[in-house]
Amino acid sequence: MRSVSDDRLTEGVDPSAKEDRPAIRTEDLSVTYRTSIEAKPTLKKTLIRLGRRQRVVREVQAVRDLTFEVPHGTVLGVVGVNGAGKSTLLRAIAGILPPTRGRVEVLGRVSTLLALGVGFKGDLSGRENVVIGGLAAGLTRAEVEAKYEEIADFAELGDFIDMPMRTYSSGMFGRLAFSVAVSLEPDILLIDEALSTGDARFRKKSFERMRELCADARTIVLVSHGMNAIRKLCNEVIWLDAGRMVMRDEPEAVIHAYNRYLDVEEDENPDDDI
Amino acid sequence: MTNVQSAVASRGSEDEFNGEWHVYEPHRVGLPPLGSYFRTLWRRREFVYALARADLRAQHFNTTFGQLWLILNPALLALVYFMLVAIVRNGGRGPEFLAHLMLCLFFFRLVSTSVGSGARSVVGGGRLILNMAFPRLLLPLEAVLTCFLRFLPTMLIFAIVFFIVGLPIGPHLLWTIPILALFVVFAAGAAMITATSQVYFRDLSNFLTYFTRIWLYTSPILYYVEDIPARLKPLFSLNPLYPMLGALNDVVIEGRNPPFTFLAWSFAWALGVLVAGSLFFISRERDFAIRL
Repeated sequence: MRSVSDDRLTEGVDPSAKEDRPAIRTEDLSVTYRTSIEAKPTLKKTLIRLGRRQRVVREVQAVRDLTFEVPHGTVLGVVGVNGAGKSTLLRAIAGILPPTRGRVEVLGRVSTLLALGVGFKGDLSGRENVVIGGLAAGLTRAEVEAKYEEIADFAELGDFIDMPMRTYSSGMFGRLAFSVAVSLEPDILLIDEALSTGDARFRKKSFERMRELCADARTIVLVSHGMNAIRKLCNEVIWLDAGRMVMRDEPEAVIHAYNRYLDVEEDENPDDDI
Repeated sequence: MTNVQSAVASRGSEDEFNGEWHVYEPHRVGLPPLGSYFRTLWRRREFVYALARADLRAQHFNTTFGQLWLILNPALLALVYFMLVAIVRNGGRGPEFLAHLMLCLFFFRLVSTSVGSGARSVVGGGRLILNMAFPRLLLPLEAVLTCFLRFLPTMLIFAIVFFIVGLPIGPHLLWTIPILALFVVFAAGAAMITATSQVYFRDLSNFLTYFTRIWLYTSPILYYVEDIPARLKPLFSLNPLYPMLGALNDVVIEGRNPPFTFLAWSFAWALGVLVAGSLFFISRERDFAIRL
């Protein structure tokens, strides 16, 4: 078995392994949330329910029976209306949400950029959050310090990098999150609409960075409502609706069908968000 | 399972959360391979340390006395309880009792704050849990480490009292190190239990406030072990902190080696709670992201 920790930063996937396996493969993947009917389960409500012998759990099938493969070097777009299961799918690929049925196989180091992943501690500075986030991702302190300058440079936050993150605008948040995610040099990068907050210049920069990653045969899964971004970046698109795959094709075909479904004209789409 | 699948599973990566080849299958409840789990955990130890230190710095950030509260808070609390005992008993108990009270209270608070912040660790770490795959056990461990770091300065105040009161010094004091270790291990196990339970039962942290207060009163802190009426002793000794605090008091205040029974019970409780807590936590942690 290959040692995992030593070469994590220096090298991607073993090239020989790439040939026989796709980067991501799902088989009949279903993810079901089991939520109690109240937002927060509390004793009083539990007791009342026990008295009435009601069922506690309501199931939400966020992703249903998805089977697909993503070859290495692909940028896969995922489109769908709100609540279609896009974020759940990404979290299942990242290993955050366990599948309820089916399985997910992932080959490579995964980095997630899911709805502002870093910055979970608002009282800490951007710098501290970067360090802590990197350590949580399994880097050593030396590795994080080595990456730190690159992350700070890419995010271009200036003095804000040493300010508490609660003082950040949402755009700054997104910049830092993106910088961290790409600096981890992932084999597979999962992006969940996290760039919609960046300004045009930063978006351009992140586009370029993503292209570089793809050229390196890295794989990207991009969830977005911005059809232009999907069109520019992706070579394949999946359309999800109510957890099921409606369509999988090249970007133009899916975007066309999806827009027709949404009943919007092409040019009505906000063209600059991602 | 087909042959192909089991072959794939056997290639499963060393680091379950950051390796190269992952297979995720339905196993919401159940234990992952423990060897690789703990290796992964160990590899992220710096995360625990960095987060705990950052948490400490963030607390008391806005107050005038700042970090001084780390000492002021427990010292004032000990003083309040000392006065309370004096009022209830209709007369003070002397400096040696103050030393006992401070020592036991500070060690008790190491456990009770761990249990409390352990309960908040997973539910409060929602953002991190929903956005990153890592061994969740890091969260209650971080809570316990923070409590331990907050506990350390209280030993400075106690050291002052210790020397002023003139308690016996000698090699028997070396016993405090393994006893402290047992306290920490017990606190960690208990924090894992509360952390897991809080996910399923959000009222827990409300109850904990009252539970820890009763726990304080039923532990030999505001009184000596010898003060417990003989007929209640079997009941009181069911408390895991009874042998631990008893041993601690014997060593530091009485200046003698702790009895074997205290040590044996303390060890059994600490280890038992740690094993039960970590297995409970790890077997449930895949369910957390779904329930937050």
